[in-house]
Amino acid sequence: MSERISAEVVAKVARLARLDLTPEEIERTTTQLADMLEHFADIDALQLDDVAPMAQPYPLDNVFREDVIAPGLDRDEVLAAAPAAEHGRFRVPPIIGLDL
Amino acid sequence: MASAIEIAAGVRSGALKAVDVVERHLATIGKREPEIHAFNLVMTDQARASAASIDALVAAGGDPGPLAGVPIALKDNMCTRGVPTTCSSKILAGWKPPYDATIVTKLAAAGAVVIGKTNLDEFAMGSSTENSAFGPTRNPHDTSRVPGGSSGGSAAAVAAGFASVGLGSDTGGSIRQPAALCGVVGVKPTYGYVSRYGLIAFASSLDQIGPFANSVADAAQLLDVIGGHDPMDSTSIPLEHPSLLDAIDHGVEGLRVGRITDLPEGADPDVNERVEVAFDALRAAGATIVDVQVPAFTFGLTAYYLIAPAEASSNLARYDGVRYGLRVDAEDTNAMYGVTRAAGFGDEVKRRIMLGTYALSAGYYDAYYGKALKVRRLIHDEFERAYQHADVLLTPASPSVAFPFGAKGDNPLAMYLCDVYTIPANLSGHPGMSVPFGTGADDLPVGVQVLAGTLCEPQMFRAAAALERAVTQGFGK
Amino acid sequence: MSGRDGLPGDWQLVVGLEVHVELATVTKLFSASPNRFGDEPNTNIDPVTLGLPGALPVLNRQAVELAMRIGLALNCSIRPCTFHRKNYFYPDMPKAYQISQYDQPLNVDGFLALPDGTRIGIERAHIEEDTGKSTHFGGAGGRIHGSDYSLIDFNRAGVPLVEIVSRPDIRTAEQARQYVTELRGILLAVEASDAKMEEGSMRVDANVSVHLPGTPFGTRCEIKNVNSVRSIGRAIEYEARRQIDLLESGDQVRQETRHWDETDGRTHTLRTKEDADDYRYFLEPDLVPLSPSDAWIAAVRAALPMLPAARRARLAEATGVAPDSEAAMVVVDRGQDEYVLAVGAAGGDVARALVHVKEAFADSPSVPPADLAKLTTMEVEGTLTATQAKTVVADLIANGGGDAAAIAAAKGFEAMGADDLGPLVDRAIAENGEAWAKFCAGEGKAMGALVGAVMKLSQGKADGKAVTAVLNVKKG
Ligand SMILES: [Mg+2]
Ligand SMILES: [Zn+2]
Repeated sequence: MSERISAEVVAKVARLARLDLTPEEIERTTTQLADMLEHFADIDALQLDDVAPMAQPYPLDNVFREDVIAPGLDRDEVLAAAPAAEHGRFRVPPIIGLDL
Repeated sequence: MASAIEIAAGVRSGALKAVDVVERHLATIGKREPEIHAFNLVMTDQARASAASIDALVAAGGDPGPLAGVPIALKDNMCTRGVPTTCSSKILAGWKPPYDATIVTKLAAAGAVVIGKTNLDEFAMGSSTENSAFGPTRNPHDTSRVPGGSSGGSAAAVAAGFASVGLGSDTGGSIRQPAALCGVVGVKPTYGYVSRYGLIAFASSLDQIGPFANSVADAAQLLDVIGGHDPMDSTSIPLEHPSLLDAIDHGVEGLRVGRITDLPEGADPDVNERVEVAFDALRAAGATIVDVQVPAFTFGLTAYYLIAPAEASSNLARYDGVRYGLRVDAEDTNAMYGVTRAAGFGDEVKRRIMLGTYALSAGYYDAYYGKALKVRRLIHDEFERAYQHADVLLTPASPSVAFPFGAKGDNPLAMYLCDVYTIPANLSGHPGMSVPFGTGADDLPVGVQVLAGTLCEPQMFRAAAALERAVTQGFGK
Repeated sequence: MSGRDGLPGDWQLVVGLEVHVELATVTKLFSASPNRFGDEPNTNIDPVTLGLPGALPVLNRQAVELAMRIGLALNCSIRPCTFHRKNYFYPDMPKAYQISQYDQPLNVDGFLALPDGTRIGIERAHIEEDTGKSTHFGGAGGRIHGSDYSLIDFNRAGVPLVEIVSRPDIRTAEQARQYVTELRGILLAVEASDAKMEEGSMRVDANVSVHLPGTPFGTRCEIKNVNSVRSIGRAIEYEARRQIDLLESGDQVRQETRHWDETDGRTHTLRTKEDADDYRYFLEPDLVPLSPSDAWIAAVRAALPMLPAARRARLAEATGVAPDSEAAMVVVDRGQDEYVLAVGAAGGDVARALVHVKEAFADSPSVPPADLAKLTTMEVEGTLTATQAKTVVADLIANGGGDAAAIAAAKGFEAMGADDLGPLVDRAIAENGEAWAKFCAGEGKAMGALVGAVMKLSQGKADGKAVTAVLNVKKG
């Protein structure tokens, strides 16, 4: 798995994960991730070309629920537990830099 | 103290009062909980109330069920309606789920009495319970040592007699390793055996709920209650499971017990010695010992530490300060995300989110996550082959007995190696359990891990029960 | 000079459309809360909808069935498929990932035929969940930029969507309009969605680029927020011209997502692709693969209703109009083609029925087919003029039916034979000598004036064809 991970990449990953890390944390994380990835390089030795990836341990398919309404949650109970709410809705600070 | 099965029998017959059982356990908690810190929350009032209603039901001629009046400790990552469920994280501190996990509903229907929510490594990420935002749990056998993790609180609670039985979750060994370090029985069932609905996810394709108990029989009884298909969990296996309580009487006559000849080194001599004795004990009980190979076993650690953090990075993205839990205010929502998550998550959780986000991100997916999924298949297939020759496999549950606090320093890899023997079963989905089998260094408990094939819990429990009997038949120490 | 599609020079427009449609299920895609538009905010919520810790998704069978209907109606093949997580943070995205389909979608490789028969390729039609809705307050009134805060309603979160992705086969803004209109007709016909663009249950994004024939496709921009058939055409035309202006002035088109602003009729930069999204797609571990059985697929196919194109063809066949004629389009769109055919079955003239239904049946009145049949018969027999027929139809509509003959009689529309016409024609000729002269000199145009005059004298009772006949006879 090629060259050691850089602080720049770690900083980019932190932004992607929405974790505000301090410069010190970025430094420490860079070293720790690099050490781990180095250790994890052990699987590079394996011949995996004709091995199918396995995402789930127990093979199931076509699991459905029927299209029938069941009682949901009480809005007031849920909003009471929210960091901020008004007019029956969740309140958040201005949404910028995230337009989709 | 009476076993869970004895308690339930007594309460159902009316010979024993559930309220007295609860009071006895609350008293024990009162004595030792301050030094052990097994619980994030002791549910004194709720426990007393449900015990009283169980006694009332019995008095009225009703049957509360197979766990009537049995006090149970729940790992604090299982949703309990109206009762704080924190994952030992600041980001969920004080959050009260508006719904019950499926296992909570099943426990209530079986007459069990939830006595408290137990401590864990934050979001179940760790092997010592040192990563809890609310402080570590101590090992009842030696309070200078860790109980293991991540389900250290439930393991300690059962070992200390705070609860008759407990539930944990096992993603890479989080039930089996603390069970070994605390000297109790701990079971990780086949993936899909127990519903995950209401279990706060760490790594969805690896997580399984399972029992802690002071006996194999109690563990079987508890698993019989919580197991089974749940339409609320798409990965729940739609099958009827045979009673494990019935299975354990069958003995191990003719059972094929496998020794993994290429098992990774690294377990302490005292632990290896007990595993050898375990093979002798099962042979003496009529089992045959066979050699098997699982060459990819040793690659489990790498596959696990790429797959689990990848899934976790996505599962934990929902803690964004919008709908519930902690919010640290900021000028805009994007900034709010960053400061909230930085303040709400501890170092180990951040580390795994970073690792997982990296392993999934553009340009690295194939080299890390994609490759890890292939290794996972390799490990699964090798175990399937091994189970054609052996009904169960024996390994150490943990490379060592309970270690002192801080022993692993802040070297994540050293801590990760605690799970080297337990991780493969999570990757392959096969069941595994840890059975107390005498003691090792410093007279601390040693756990032997019994592994079995998909849905071969009956054979696994038969072997476990045989080991349990052997301890009292000269194979102990 | 200008290209065939109104673009300057030889510039060629290339458009692909991504259409999101909300499925007409009772509940959400992965949970049992109601899928209902317009309810009080956050009243259709549950642990899955809100992405509460520990909640798990379970796939709605009916959502899959409706998605299969859409796929089959668009000539797609249905494949074994999987669900992935598309990871990104947004406050109306409860789990911070959207459960969608990635490299293995349910429906692939189909096409949609425009009314004129042009085939637009369908790359895929996959299942995914909708997001909640954020409303922005303060600042520049309702605009996301400069707002003070936003409020979020999760009623829509988890509503089942099918995203229909066309191939870049669309070459004119008009084709884009036709594609969306035709798609909407199909969705309504198979009852997979109510497809209301104004309510957002059908949402269109357009990938627009321009190039010169013989050169590779240009850089494309994705235009969002086009929420009416009309604005689709406007947005595409504006965007094409914007790109052409850039290219002709030597600039480059940046690949970006742009937002159509209905009010100023322009597109504005939303996101440039430099801050490239990294969605970290991976298989959703909480769901299992989906592979509809052949039996299920066959059953869905067998239950499909006749689609608009086929109905237009059937109507055209019966009435002699072109399948993409306005009459066929309008009447099928209104769902009145069955009625027109019923008029034929009741012994009436379907061509005349089609005209009357198209002209007068906009708010679909109930007139028994037999009644309209009788009227059309009187028309073709010449016992009623077109003008009179209109009046009688109005009467039939007003009274929910009736005997056309009786109504005609009551209005004094009795038949006016050739012998009654003679005197009127002579009078018209006398009063319009000049026109008569021209007519006799072979100026066909002049006939109009004479026929008109006879009509006036007969107070509209005369039949145009009959008058012409008499005039020709008199001309000799
Ligand atoms: Mg799209
Ligand atoms: Zn989409």
